[in-house]
Amino acid sequence: MSSVRADFAEIMRLVKPGARVLDVGCGSGELLELLVGQSGVDGRGIEISPEGVAACLARGLSVMQGDADRDLDYFPAGAFDYVILSQTLQAVARPRHVLSELMRIGERAIVSLPNFGHWRVRLDLLSGGRMPVTKALPEPWWATANIHLCTLADFTDFCDELGLAIDACAAFAGGRRARAIDPKGAFANLRAEQALFLLRRG
Amino acid sequence: MQGPAAIAEENGGVIAFETPLALDSGGELAGLEIAYRTWGTLNSARSNAILICHALTLDQHVRGAHPLTGKPGWWEGMVGPGLPLDPDRHFIICANAVGGCMGSTGPSSVNPQTGEPWGLSFPVITIGDMVRAQARLVEALGIERLFAVIGGSMGGMQALQWAASYPEKLFAAVVIAAAARHSAQNIAFHEVGRQAIMADPDWREGAYATAGVRPEKGLAVARMAAHITYLSEEALQRKFGRELQRDGLSWGFDADFQVESYLRHQGAAFVDRFDANSYLYITRAMDYFDLAADQAAGLAGAFAGARDVRFFVVSFTSDWLYPSHESQTIVRALNAAGARVSFVEIASGKGHDAFLLDEPVLRAALAGFVDSAALAWRAP
Repeated sequence: MSSVRADFAEIMRLVKPGARVLDVGCGSGELLELLVGQSGVDGRGIEISPEGVAACLARGLSVMQGDADRDLDYFPAGAFDYVILSQTLQAVARPRHVLSELMRIGERAIVSLPNFGHWRVRLDLLSGGRMPVTKALPEPWWATANIHLCTLADFTDFCDELGLAIDACAAFAGGRRARAIDPKGAFANLRAEQALFLLRRG
Repeated sequence: MQGPAAIAEENGGVIAFETPLALDSGGELAGLEIAYRTWGTLNSARSNAILICHALTLDQHVRGAHPLTGKPGWWEGMVGPGLPLDPDRHFIICANAVGGCMGSTGPSSVNPQTGEPWGLSFPVITIGDMVRAQARLVEALGIERLFAVIGGSMGGMQALQWAASYPEKLFAAVVIAAAARHSAQNIAFHEVGRQAIMADPDWREGAYATAGVRPEKGLAVARMAAHITYLSEEALQRKFGRELQRDGLSWGFDADFQVESYLRHQGAAFVDRFDANSYLYITRAMDYFDLAADQAAGLAGAFAGARDVRFFVVSFTSDWLYPSHESQTIVRALNAAGARVSFVEIASGKGHDAFLLDEPVLRAALAGFVDSAALAWRAP
Protein backbone atom coordinates (compact mmCIF):
# COMPACT_ATOMS: atom_id res chain seq x y z
CA MET A 1 0.00 0.00 0.00
CA SER A 2 2.95 2.30 0.55
CA SER A 3 3.32 2.96 -3.17
CA VAL A 4 -0.36 3.89 -3.55
CA ARG A 5 -1.10 7.55 -4.12
CA ALA A 6 -2.19 9.35 -0.92
CA ASP A 7 -5.66 10.21 -2.24
CA PHE A 8 -6.18 6.65 -3.55
CA ALA A 9 -5.17 5.22 -0.15
CA GLU A 10 -7.66 7.52 1.56
CA ILE A 11 -10.44 6.56 -0.87
CA MET A 12 -9.71 2.87 -0.30
CA ARG A 13 -9.95 3.48 3.45
CA LEU A 14 -13.36 5.17 3.07
CA VAL A 15 -15.00 2.69 0.67
CA LYS A 16 -16.57 -0.33 2.35
CA PRO A 17 -15.53 -3.67 0.80
CA GLY A 18 -18.04 -5.15 -1.62
CA ALA A 19 -19.77 -1.80 -2.24
CA ARG A 20 -21.16 -0.69 -5.60
CA VAL A 21 -18.81 2.02 -6.85
CA LEU A 22 -18.84 4.34 -9.85
CA ASP A 23 -15.56 6.13 -10.57
CA VAL A 24 -16.30 9.20 -12.67
CA GLY A 25 -13.27 10.25 -14.68
CA CYS A 26 -11.50 6.97 -13.97
CA GLY A 27 -8.57 7.61 -16.35
CA SER A 28 -6.72 4.42 -17.14
CA GLY A 29 -8.42 2.62 -14.26
CA GLU A 30 -5.65 2.63 -11.63
CA LEU A 31 -7.93 3.40 -8.67
CA LEU A 32 -10.78 1.25 -9.95
CA GLU A 33 -8.46 -1.72 -10.35
CA LEU A 34 -7.26 -1.30 -6.75
CA LEU A 35 -10.84 -1.05 -5.48
CA VAL A 36 -11.98 -4.10 -7.44
CA GLY A 37 -8.88 -6.17 -6.72
CA GLN A 38 -8.25 -5.26 -3.07
CA SER A 39 -11.64 -4.16 -1.72
CA GLY A 40 -13.78 -6.48 -3.82
CA VAL A 41 -16.08 -3.69 -4.90
CA ASP A 42 -18.55 -3.97 -7.79
CA GLY A 43 -16.79 -1.24 -9.74
CA ARG A 44 -17.68 0.68 -12.85
CA GLY A 45 -16.13 3.73 -14.46
CA ILE A 46 -16.80 6.62 -16.78
CA GLU A 47 -13.93 8.10 -18.75
CA ILE A 48 -13.93 10.77 -21.43
CA SER A 49 -10.83 9.68 -23.37
CA PRO A 50 -10.98 6.61 -25.63
CA GLU A 51 -7.37 5.78 -24.73
CA GLY A 52 -8.32 5.68 -21.04
CA VAL A 53 -11.34 3.48 -21.76
CA ALA A 54 -9.24 1.09 -23.84
CA ALA A 55 -6.68 0.85 -21.02
CA CYS A 56 -9.47 0.12 -18.52
CA LEU A 57 -10.98 -2.57 -20.74
CA ALA A 58 -7.58 -4.20 -21.11
CA ARG A 59 -7.47 -4.36 -17.28
CA GLY A 60 -10.83 -6.11 -17.38
CA LEU A 61 -12.79 -3.20 -15.89
CA SER A 62 -16.34 -2.19 -16.82
CA VAL A 63 -15.91 1.31 -18.14
CA MET A 64 -17.91 3.45 -20.51
CA GLN A 65 -16.70 6.35 -22.56
CA GLY A 66 -18.70 9.33 -21.43
CA ASP A 67 -18.81 12.81 -20.04
CA ALA A 68 -19.51 13.66 -16.39
CA ASP A 69 -21.42 16.76 -17.50
CA ARG A 70 -23.94 14.74 -19.49
CA ASP A 71 -23.86 11.02 -18.86
CA LEU A 72 -24.62 10.80 -15.12
CA ASP A 73 -28.21 11.81 -15.87
CA TYR A 74 -29.02 8.38 -17.27
CA PHE A 75 -28.25 6.32 -14.17
CA PRO A 76 -31.15 5.46 -11.84
CA ALA A 77 -31.26 7.05 -8.38
CA GLY A 78 -29.31 5.18 -5.72
CA ALA A 79 -27.60 2.95 -8.27
CA PHE A 80 -24.29 3.07 -6.36
CA ASP A 81 -23.09 3.06 -2.76
CA TYR A 82 -20.26 5.42 -3.66
CA VAL A 83 -19.65 7.69 -6.60
CA ILE A 84 -16.06 8.92 -6.84
CA LEU A 85 -15.07 12.15 -8.53
CA SER A 86 -11.33 12.47 -8.15
CA GLN A 87 -9.71 15.79 -9.16
CA THR A 88 -12.42 16.35 -11.75
CA LEU A 89 -15.12 18.66 -10.33
CA GLN A 90 -13.01 21.75 -11.10
CA ALA A 91 -12.78 20.66 -14.76
CA VAL A 92 -16.46 20.08 -15.54
CA ALA A 93 -18.69 22.62 -17.26
CA ARG A 94 -21.53 22.37 -14.73
CA PRO A 95 -20.16 21.59 -11.24
CA ARG A 96 -23.50 22.15 -9.51
CA HIS A 97 -25.28 19.78 -11.88
CA VAL A 98 -22.54 17.17 -11.63
CA LEU A 99 -22.45 17.23 -7.81
CA SER A 100 -26.25 17.03 -7.64
CA GLU A 101 -26.21 14.07 -10.02
CA LEU A 102 -23.47 12.35 -7.98
CA MET A 103 -25.66 12.63 -4.90
CA ARG A 104 -28.72 11.40 -6.78
CA ILE A 105 -27.15 8.25 -8.19
CA GLY A 106 -24.91 7.50 -5.20
CA GLU A 107 -25.70 7.05 -1.52
CA ARG A 108 -22.37 8.73 -0.88
CA ALA A 109 -19.94 10.72 -2.96
CA ILE A 110 -16.20 10.96 -2.59
CA VAL A 111 -14.94 14.20 -4.11
CA SER A 112 -11.37 15.41 -4.19
CA LEU A 113 -10.17 18.75 -5.49
CA PRO A 114 -7.24 21.14 -5.44
CA ASN A 115 -7.72 23.93 -2.87
CA PHE A 116 -7.35 27.37 -4.43
CA GLY A 117 -7.27 28.81 -0.90
CA HIS A 118 -3.96 27.09 -0.06
CA TRP A 119 -1.36 29.58 1.21
CA ARG A 120 1.03 28.89 -1.69
CA VAL A 121 -1.66 29.73 -4.22
CA ARG A 122 -2.56 32.91 -2.35
CA LEU A 123 1.08 33.91 -1.99
CA ASP A 124 1.77 33.22 -5.67
CA LEU A 125 -1.11 35.44 -6.77
CA LEU A 126 -0.33 38.13 -4.20
CA SER A 127 3.38 38.34 -4.97
CA GLY A 128 3.36 37.70 -8.73
CA GLY A 129 0.02 39.18 -9.66
CA ARG A 130 -0.45 36.33 -12.11
CA MET A 131 -2.54 33.15 -12.11
CA PRO A 132 -0.82 30.79 -9.68
CA VAL A 133 1.18 27.83 -10.91
CA THR A 134 1.87 25.35 -8.10
CA LYS A 135 2.51 21.65 -7.64
CA ALA A 136 -1.21 20.97 -7.35
CA LEU A 137 -2.01 23.38 -10.22
CA PRO A 138 0.92 22.92 -12.59
CA GLU A 139 -0.56 24.31 -15.84
CA PRO A 140 -0.63 27.96 -16.94
CA TRP A 141 -4.11 29.55 -17.14
CA TRP A 142 -4.37 29.11 -20.91
CA ALA A 143 -3.57 25.40 -20.85
CA THR A 144 -5.36 24.21 -17.72
CA ALA A 145 -8.47 22.04 -17.86
CA ASN A 146 -9.49 23.54 -14.50
CA ILE A 147 -12.24 25.98 -15.40
CA HIS A 148 -14.08 25.99 -12.06
CA LEU A 149 -11.45 26.23 -9.33
CA CYS A 150 -12.63 26.89 -5.79
CA THR A 151 -11.29 27.10 -2.26
CA LEU A 152 -12.03 24.80 0.64
CA ALA A 153 -14.35 27.47 2.06
CA ASP A 154 -16.15 27.83 -1.27
CA PHE A 155 -16.70 24.09 -1.41
CA THR A 156 -18.05 23.72 2.13
CA ASP A 157 -20.44 26.65 1.41
CA PHE A 158 -21.47 24.83 -1.77
CA CYS A 159 -22.17 21.63 0.17
CA ASP A 160 -24.30 23.63 2.67
CA GLU A 161 -26.23 25.18 -0.19
CA LEU A 162 -26.90 21.78 -1.79
CA GLY A 163 -27.85 20.31 1.60
CA LEU A 164 -24.95 17.85 1.68
CA ALA A 165 -23.42 16.54 4.89
CA ILE A 166 -19.63 16.16 5.08
CA ASP A 167 -18.97 12.85 6.84
CA ALA A 168 -15.21 13.03 6.52
CA CYS A 169 -12.58 15.34 5.13
CA ALA A 170 -8.88 14.76 4.59
CA ALA A 171 -6.12 17.04 3.41
CA PHE A 172 -3.24 15.72 1.39
CA ALA A 173 -0.29 17.04 -0.56
CA GLY A 174 2.08 15.33 -2.93
CA GLY A 175 3.04 11.86 -1.75
CA ARG A 176 2.45 12.50 1.96
CA ARG A 177 -0.23 10.58 3.79
CA ALA A 178 -3.66 12.17 3.99
CA ARG A 179 -4.61 13.65 7.39
CA ALA A 180 -8.15 14.08 8.68
CA ILE A 181 -9.16 17.72 9.02
CA ASP A 182 -12.17 19.80 9.98
CA PRO A 183 -12.74 21.59 6.66
CA LYS A 184 -14.39 24.51 8.46
CA GLY A 185 -11.71 24.67 11.15
CA ALA A 186 -9.27 27.54 11.61
CA PHE A 187 -6.48 27.57 9.01
CA ALA A 188 -7.81 24.48 7.19
CA ASN A 189 -8.37 26.54 4.05
CA LEU A 190 -4.82 27.89 4.24
CA ARG A 191 -3.08 24.61 4.99
CA ALA A 192 -4.76 22.04 2.73
CA GLU A 193 -3.14 21.81 -0.70
CA GLN A 194 -5.72 19.25 -1.82
CA ALA A 195 -8.83 18.02 -0.04
CA LEU A 196 -10.96 14.93 -0.18
CA PHE A 197 -14.57 14.83 1.05
CA LEU A 198 -16.96 12.03 1.91
CA LEU A 199 -20.44 13.43 1.28
CA ARG A 200 -23.97 12.23 1.78
CA ARG A 201 -27.38 13.80 1.40
CA GLY A 202 -27.96 15.77 4.60
CA MET B 1 -8.26 -28.87 -21.13
CA GLN B 2 -8.74 -30.11 -24.64
CA GLY B 3 -6.00 -31.67 -26.70
CA PRO B 4 -4.71 -30.36 -30.01
CA ALA B 5 -7.12 -32.55 -31.94
CA ALA B 6 -10.08 -30.92 -30.23
CA ILE B 7 -8.62 -27.46 -30.76
CA ALA B 8 -8.57 -27.89 -34.48
CA GLU B 9 -12.13 -29.16 -34.55
CA GLU B 10 -14.40 -27.47 -37.00
CA ASN B 11 -17.92 -28.51 -37.48
CA GLY B 12 -21.32 -27.44 -38.62
CA GLY B 13 -24.08 -28.46 -40.91
CA VAL B 14 -27.77 -27.85 -41.41
CA ILE B 15 -30.37 -28.53 -38.73
CA ALA B 16 -34.00 -29.00 -39.79
CA PHE B 17 -36.76 -28.21 -37.30
CA GLU B 18 -40.05 -30.08 -37.30
CA THR B 19 -42.19 -27.43 -35.68
CA PRO B 20 -42.77 -24.19 -37.59
CA LEU B 21 -41.08 -20.99 -36.41
CA ALA B 22 -43.58 -18.50 -34.94
CA LEU B 23 -43.04 -15.09 -36.54
CA ASP B 24 -43.46 -11.53 -35.24
CA SER B 25 -45.84 -10.87 -38.13
CA GLY B 26 -48.26 -13.34 -36.58
CA GLY B 27 -47.58 -15.99 -39.21
CA GLU B 28 -45.26 -18.93 -39.06
CA LEU B 29 -42.50 -20.45 -41.14
CA ALA B 30 -42.73 -24.16 -41.85
CA GLY B 31 -39.75 -26.28 -42.82
CA LEU B 32 -37.18 -24.15 -40.99
CA GLU B 33 -33.57 -25.13 -41.66
CA ILE B 34 -30.54 -23.41 -40.19
CA ALA B 35 -27.07 -23.69 -41.67
CA TYR B 36 -24.28 -23.07 -39.18
CA ARG B 37 -20.60 -23.59 -38.50
CA THR B 38 -18.72 -24.08 -35.26
CA TRP B 39 -15.10 -23.82 -34.16
CA GLY B 40 -13.62 -25.31 -31.01
CA THR B 41 -15.22 -27.73 -28.57
CA LEU B 42 -18.14 -27.34 -26.20
CA ASN B 43 -16.75 -28.01 -22.71
CA SER B 44 -18.37 -30.53 -20.38
CA ALA B 45 -20.09 -27.76 -18.40
CA ARG B 46 -21.43 -26.41 -21.72
CA SER B 47 -20.38 -22.97 -20.54
CA ASN B 48 -17.95 -21.76 -23.20
CA ALA B 49 -20.28 -21.14 -26.15
CA ILE B 50 -20.11 -17.89 -28.08
CA LEU B 51 -22.67 -17.09 -30.76
CA ILE B 52 -21.43 -14.72 -33.46
CA CYS B 53 -24.19 -12.93 -35.38
CA HIS B 54 -23.33 -11.83 -38.90
CA ALA B 55 -24.14 -8.61 -40.75
CA LEU B 56 -26.65 -8.10 -43.60
CA THR B 57 -24.74 -9.65 -46.48
CA LEU B 58 -22.28 -11.81 -44.55
CA ASP B 59 -22.81 -15.39 -43.46
CA GLN B 60 -21.65 -18.19 -41.19
CA HIS B 61 -18.21 -18.39 -42.79
CA VAL B 62 -16.37 -16.42 -40.11
CA ARG B 63 -13.15 -18.33 -40.67
CA GLY B 64 -11.74 -20.31 -43.57
CA ALA B 65 -12.25 -20.06 -47.29
CA HIS B 66 -15.74 -19.04 -48.38
CA PRO B 67 -17.38 -21.91 -50.34
CA LEU B 68 -18.54 -19.58 -53.17
CA THR B 69 -15.85 -16.92 -53.39
CA GLY B 70 -12.83 -18.74 -51.98
CA LYS B 71 -12.01 -15.59 -49.99
CA PRO B 72 -10.97 -15.73 -46.32
CA GLY B 73 -13.65 -15.61 -43.61
CA TRP B 74 -15.01 -12.22 -42.63
CA TRP B 75 -13.63 -12.16 -39.07
CA GLU B 76 -10.32 -14.00 -39.41
CA GLY B 77 -8.66 -11.17 -37.47
CA MET B 78 -10.88 -11.72 -34.43
CA VAL B 79 -11.59 -15.46 -34.38
CA GLY B 80 -8.72 -17.93 -34.16
CA PRO B 81 -5.96 -19.28 -31.94
CA GLY B 82 -4.48 -16.46 -29.84
CA LEU B 83 -7.22 -14.05 -30.91
CA PRO B 84 -9.98 -12.59 -28.69
CA LEU B 85 -12.44 -15.29 -29.77
CA ASP B 86 -10.26 -18.35 -29.48
CA PRO B 87 -11.40 -21.86 -30.52
CA ASP B 88 -8.83 -23.21 -28.06
CA ARG B 89 -11.00 -21.82 -25.25
CA HIS B 90 -14.42 -21.07 -26.70
CA PHE B 91 -16.99 -23.03 -28.65
CA ILE B 92 -17.80 -20.56 -31.39
CA ILE B 93 -21.02 -20.76 -33.39
CA CYS B 94 -22.19 -18.72 -36.36
CA ALA B 95 -25.43 -19.43 -38.21
CA ASN B 96 -26.76 -18.10 -41.47
CA ALA B 97 -29.67 -15.78 -40.64
CA VAL B 98 -33.17 -16.88 -41.51
CA GLY B 99 -34.05 -15.13 -44.77
CA GLY B 100 -30.47 -15.52 -45.97
CA CYS B 101 -29.13 -17.47 -48.92
CA MET B 102 -26.24 -19.53 -47.53
CA GLY B 103 -28.14 -22.60 -46.41
CA SER B 104 -30.71 -21.34 -43.92
CA THR B 105 -34.34 -21.06 -44.99
CA GLY B 106 -34.92 -17.97 -47.07
CA PRO B 107 -36.89 -16.76 -50.08
CA SER B 108 -34.73 -18.82 -52.44
CA SER B 109 -35.52 -22.03 -50.51
CA VAL B 110 -38.22 -24.35 -51.73
CA ASN B 111 -41.60 -23.89 -50.09
CA PRO B 112 -42.41 -27.42 -48.82
CA GLN B 113 -46.11 -26.87 -49.56
CA THR B 114 -45.71 -25.96 -53.24
CA GLY B 115 -42.41 -27.51 -54.21
CA GLU B 116 -41.50 -24.14 -55.78
CA PRO B 117 -39.03 -21.52 -54.51
CA TRP B 118 -40.72 -19.24 -51.96
CA GLY B 119 -39.97 -15.98 -53.78
CA LEU B 120 -42.31 -13.26 -52.52
CA SER B 121 -44.57 -15.80 -50.82
CA PHE B 122 -41.85 -16.07 -48.16
CA PRO B 123 -43.17 -14.37 -45.01
CA VAL B 124 -41.69 -11.03 -43.98
CA ILE B 125 -39.31 -11.71 -41.10
CA THR B 126 -37.78 -9.56 -38.35
CA ILE B 127 -34.56 -9.41 -36.35
CA GLY B 128 -36.63 -10.96 -33.55
CA ASP B 129 -37.51 -13.91 -35.81
CA MET B 130 -33.86 -14.40 -36.74
CA VAL B 131 -32.95 -14.48 -33.05
CA ARG B 132 -35.81 -16.86 -32.24
CA ALA B 133 -34.40 -19.23 -34.86
CA GLN B 134 -30.88 -18.86 -33.43
CA ALA B 135 -32.24 -19.69 -29.97
CA ARG B 136 -33.63 -22.91 -31.40
CA LEU B 137 -30.26 -23.80 -32.88
CA VAL B 138 -28.50 -23.08 -29.60
CA GLU B 139 -30.96 -25.29 -27.77
CA ALA B 140 -30.52 -28.04 -30.35
CA LEU B 141 -26.77 -27.89 -29.76
CA GLY B 142 -27.43 -28.64 -26.08
CA ILE B 143 -26.53 -25.18 -24.75
CA GLU B 144 -28.74 -23.73 -22.03
CA ARG B 145 -26.89 -20.47 -21.60
CA LEU B 146 -24.46 -18.84 -23.99
CA PHE B 147 -21.33 -17.28 -22.57
CA ALA B 148 -21.66 -14.45 -25.09
CA VAL B 149 -23.53 -13.22 -28.12
CA ILE B 150 -21.37 -11.01 -30.31
CA GLY B 151 -22.19 -9.14 -33.48
CA GLY B 152 -21.48 -6.12 -35.63
CA SER B 153 -24.00 -4.08 -37.61
CA MET B 154 -27.11 -6.30 -38.06
CA GLY B 155 -25.30 -8.82 -35.86
CA GLY B 156 -25.14 -6.16 -33.14
CA MET B 157 -28.89 -5.66 -33.46
CA GLN B 158 -29.32 -9.40 -32.99
CA ALA B 159 -27.11 -9.31 -29.88
CA LEU B 160 -29.36 -6.56 -28.47
CA GLN B 161 -32.44 -8.58 -29.39
CA TRP B 162 -30.98 -11.60 -27.60
CA ALA B 163 -30.53 -9.54 -24.43
CA ALA B 164 -34.09 -8.22 -24.71
CA SER B 165 -35.78 -11.54 -25.61
CA TYR B 166 -33.66 -14.13 -23.79
CA PRO B 167 -31.69 -12.32 -21.05
CA GLU B 168 -31.48 -15.54 -19.03
CA LYS B 169 -29.82 -17.36 -21.93
CA LEU B 170 -26.69 -15.24 -22.23
CA PHE B 171 -24.01 -13.97 -19.86
CA ALA B 172 -22.53 -11.24 -22.04
CA ALA B 173 -23.44 -9.30 -25.16
CA VAL B 174 -21.12 -7.41 -27.51
CA VAL B 175 -22.75 -4.86 -29.79
CA ILE B 176 -20.44 -3.36 -32.43
CA ALA B 177 -21.32 -0.54 -34.84
CA ALA B 178 -25.05 -1.05 -34.42
CA ALA B 179 -28.23 0.72 -33.33
CA ALA B 180 -31.35 -0.11 -31.35
CA ARG B 181 -33.53 0.98 -34.25
CA HIS B 182 -33.22 1.87 -37.90
CA SER B 183 -33.17 5.61 -38.53
CA ALA B 184 -34.98 7.36 -41.39
CA GLN B 185 -31.64 7.57 -43.21
CA ASN B 186 -31.01 3.84 -42.74
CA ILE B 187 -34.45 3.01 -44.11
CA ALA B 188 -33.95 5.47 -46.98
CA PHE B 189 -30.74 3.82 -48.17
CA HIS B 190 -32.31 0.38 -47.95
CA GLU B 191 -35.27 1.60 -49.96
CA VAL B 192 -32.92 2.73 -52.73
CA GLY B 193 -31.44 -0.77 -52.81
CA ARG B 194 -34.80 -2.48 -52.88
CA GLN B 195 -36.12 -0.20 -55.62
CA ALA B 196 -33.03 -0.93 -57.71
CA ILE B 197 -33.70 -4.67 -57.44
CA MET B 198 -37.42 -4.37 -58.13
CA ALA B 199 -36.80 -2.09 -61.13
CA ASP B 200 -34.73 -4.81 -62.81
CA PRO B 201 -36.95 -6.51 -65.43
CA ASP B 202 -35.34 -9.82 -64.50
CA TRP B 203 -36.68 -9.55 -60.97
CA ARG B 204 -40.08 -10.81 -62.27
CA GLU B 205 -42.02 -9.87 -59.12
CA GLY B 206 -39.60 -12.03 -57.18
CA ALA B 207 -40.23 -15.17 -59.27
CA TYR B 208 -36.95 -14.96 -61.18
CA ALA B 209 -35.80 -18.42 -60.07
CA THR B 210 -38.78 -20.09 -61.73
CA ALA B 211 -38.07 -18.08 -64.88
CA GLY B 212 -34.43 -19.11 -64.83
CA VAL B 213 -33.08 -15.54 -64.67
CA ARG B 214 -31.56 -13.29 -61.97
CA PRO B 215 -31.94 -9.54 -61.39
CA GLU B 216 -28.18 -9.06 -61.39
CA LYS B 217 -28.15 -5.44 -62.51
CA GLY B 218 -30.59 -4.33 -59.84
CA LEU B 219 -28.82 -6.25 -57.10
CA ALA B 220 -25.46 -4.84 -58.19
CA VAL B 221 -26.77 -1.26 -58.02
CA ALA B 222 -28.24 -1.98 -54.57
CA ARG B 223 -24.83 -3.19 -53.45
CA MET B 224 -23.05 -0.18 -54.93
CA ALA B 225 -25.29 2.27 -53.06
CA ALA B 226 -25.00 0.32 -49.82
CA HIS B 227 -21.25 -0.05 -50.13
CA ILE B 228 -20.82 3.73 -50.06
CA THR B 229 -22.56 3.79 -46.68
CA TYR B 230 -20.13 1.21 -45.31
CA LEU B 231 -17.15 3.47 -46.00
CA SER B 232 -16.41 7.05 -45.03
CA GLU B 233 -15.77 10.13 -47.10
CA GLU B 234 -12.22 10.10 -45.78
CA ALA B 235 -11.66 6.45 -46.68
CA LEU B 236 -13.01 6.90 -50.22
CA GLN B 237 -10.93 10.04 -50.74
CA ARG B 238 -7.80 8.40 -49.40
CA LYS B 239 -8.27 5.24 -51.43
CA PHE B 240 -9.32 6.78 -54.75
CA GLY B 241 -9.35 10.56 -54.72
CA ARG B 242 -10.05 11.63 -58.30
CA GLU B 243 -7.67 9.05 -59.74
CA LEU B 244 -8.55 7.92 -63.26
CA GLN B 245 -8.64 4.40 -64.62
CA ARG B 246 -6.77 5.37 -67.80
CA ASP B 247 -4.93 8.42 -69.06
CA GLY B 248 -7.47 11.11 -69.79
CA LEU B 249 -11.24 11.25 -69.72
CA SER B 250 -13.39 9.10 -71.98
CA TRP B 251 -15.89 11.92 -72.61
CA GLY B 252 -18.56 9.29 -72.10
CA PHE B 253 -19.98 7.11 -69.36
CA ASP B 254 -17.36 4.46 -68.96
CA ALA B 255 -15.86 4.06 -65.51
CA ASP B 256 -13.39 6.93 -65.86
CA PHE B 257 -12.72 7.26 -62.15
CA GLN B 258 -11.19 4.50 -60.08
CA VAL B 259 -13.96 4.85 -57.52
CA GLU B 260 -16.52 4.05 -60.25
CA SER B 261 -14.62 0.97 -61.31
CA TYR B 262 -14.29 -0.10 -57.68
CA LEU B 263 -18.02 0.20 -57.05
CA ARG B 264 -18.88 -1.64 -60.26
CA HIS B 265 -16.56 -4.42 -59.19
CA GLN B 266 -18.20 -4.53 -55.75
CA GLY B 267 -21.62 -4.79 -57.37
CA ALA B 268 -20.56 -7.47 -59.87
CA ALA B 269 -18.83 -9.60 -57.23
CA PHE B 270 -21.82 -9.36 -54.90
CA VAL B 271 -24.35 -10.89 -57.32
CA ASP B 272 -22.21 -14.02 -57.52
CA ARG B 273 -22.77 -14.75 -53.85
CA PHE B 274 -26.05 -13.16 -52.84
CA ASP B 275 -29.72 -13.59 -53.64
CA ALA B 276 -31.81 -10.54 -54.59
CA ASN B 277 -34.91 -11.60 -52.66
CA SER B 278 -32.80 -12.31 -49.57
CA TYR B 279 -31.57 -8.74 -49.88
CA LEU B 280 -35.17 -7.47 -49.90
CA TYR B 281 -36.20 -9.56 -46.91
CA ILE B 282 -33.18 -8.92 -44.73
CA THR B 283 -33.13 -5.16 -45.37
CA ARG B 284 -36.85 -5.14 -44.47
CA ALA B 285 -36.13 -6.97 -41.23
CA MET B 286 -33.53 -4.34 -40.34
CA ASP B 287 -35.88 -1.48 -41.22
CA TYR B 288 -38.58 -2.94 -38.97
CA PHE B 289 -36.09 -3.19 -36.08
CA ASP B 290 -36.95 -0.89 -33.18
CA LEU B 291 -36.29 -2.36 -29.76
CA ALA B 292 -38.05 0.52 -28.02
CA ALA B 293 -41.31 -0.02 -29.92
CA ASP B 294 -44.07 -1.33 -27.64
CA GLN B 295 -42.04 -0.24 -24.60
CA ALA B 296 -43.81 2.28 -22.37
CA ALA B 297 -40.51 2.90 -20.56
CA GLY B 298 -38.62 3.45 -23.82
CA LEU B 299 -35.47 1.56 -24.76
CA ALA B 300 -34.54 0.98 -21.10
CA GLY B 301 -37.76 -1.01 -20.81
CA ALA B 302 -36.52 -3.45 -23.45
CA PHE B 303 -33.52 -4.21 -21.23
CA ALA B 304 -35.48 -4.46 -17.97
CA GLY B 305 -34.77 -8.19 -17.70
CA ALA B 306 -31.15 -7.86 -18.80
CA ARG B 307 -29.54 -6.20 -15.80
CA ASP B 308 -27.44 -9.28 -15.13
CA VAL B 309 -26.08 -9.36 -18.68
CA ARG B 310 -22.65 -7.78 -19.20
CA PHE B 311 -22.64 -5.51 -22.21
CA PHE B 312 -19.86 -4.13 -24.35
CA VAL B 313 -20.89 -1.51 -26.89
CA VAL B 314 -18.48 -0.23 -29.54
CA SER B 315 -18.82 2.53 -32.13
CA PHE B 316 -16.44 4.12 -34.64
CA THR B 317 -15.96 7.86 -35.06
CA SER B 318 -16.35 7.82 -38.87
CA ASP B 319 -19.33 5.42 -39.00
CA TRP B 320 -22.17 7.46 -40.49
CA LEU B 321 -24.41 4.44 -41.07
CA TYR B 322 -24.77 3.73 -37.34
CA PRO B 323 -23.14 6.81 -35.79
CA SER B 324 -21.80 6.88 -32.23
CA HIS B 325 -24.88 8.63 -30.89
CA GLU B 326 -26.87 5.49 -31.69
CA SER B 327 -24.50 3.50 -29.47
CA GLN B 328 -24.70 6.18 -26.77
CA THR B 329 -28.48 5.83 -26.81
CA ILE B 330 -28.06 2.10 -26.20
CA VAL B 331 -25.52 2.70 -23.41
CA ARG B 332 -27.73 5.22 -21.62
CA ALA B 333 -30.72 2.89 -21.80
CA LEU B 334 -28.60 0.07 -20.37
CA ASN B 335 -27.42 2.36 -17.56
CA ALA B 336 -31.00 3.33 -16.85
CA ALA B 337 -31.92 -0.36 -16.74
CA GLY B 338 -29.12 -0.97 -14.23
CA ALA B 339 -27.10 -3.23 -16.53
CA ARG B 340 -23.32 -3.39 -16.49
CA VAL B 341 -22.06 -1.81 -19.69
CA SER B 342 -18.69 -0.91 -21.14
CA PHE B 343 -18.57 1.45 -24.09
CA VAL B 344 -15.83 2.78 -26.29
CA GLU B 345 -15.94 5.00 -29.36
CA ILE B 346 -12.91 3.98 -31.40
CA ALA B 347 -11.17 6.63 -33.50
CA SER B 348 -11.12 5.29 -37.05
CA GLY B 349 -11.36 6.84 -40.49
CA LYS B 350 -12.59 3.63 -42.06
CA GLY B 351 -16.33 4.14 -41.59
CA HIS B 352 -18.86 1.45 -40.69
CA ASP B 353 -16.73 -1.38 -42.10
CA ALA B 354 -14.04 -0.64 -39.50
CA PHE B 355 -15.42 -3.52 -37.42
CA LEU B 356 -14.42 -5.98 -40.16
CA LEU B 357 -10.97 -4.52 -40.74
CA ASP B 358 -7.77 -4.72 -38.78
CA GLU B 359 -8.51 -2.45 -35.79
CA PRO B 360 -5.99 -3.12 -33.01
CA VAL B 361 -7.94 -1.04 -30.47
CA LEU B 362 -11.07 -3.10 -31.08
CA ARG B 363 -9.12 -6.32 -30.83
CA ALA B 364 -7.48 -5.34 -27.52
CA ALA B 365 -10.71 -4.01 -26.04
CA LEU B 366 -12.70 -7.09 -27.08
CA ALA B 367 -10.00 -9.36 -25.66
CA GLY B 368 -10.10 -7.46 -22.34
CA PHE B 369 -13.87 -7.63 -22.18
CA VAL B 370 -14.13 -11.31 -23.12
CA ASP B 371 -11.36 -12.39 -20.75
CA SER B 372 -12.74 -10.50 -17.74
CA ALA B 373 -16.27 -11.68 -18.51
CA ALA B 374 -14.97 -15.26 -18.68
CA LEU B 375 -13.42 -14.86 -15.22
CA ALA B 376 -16.65 -13.45 -13.80
CA TRP B 377 -18.70 -16.19 -15.49
CA ARG B 378 -16.62 -18.93 -13.90
CA ALA B 379 -16.71 -17.27 -10.47
CA PRO B 380 -19.66 -18.56 -8.39
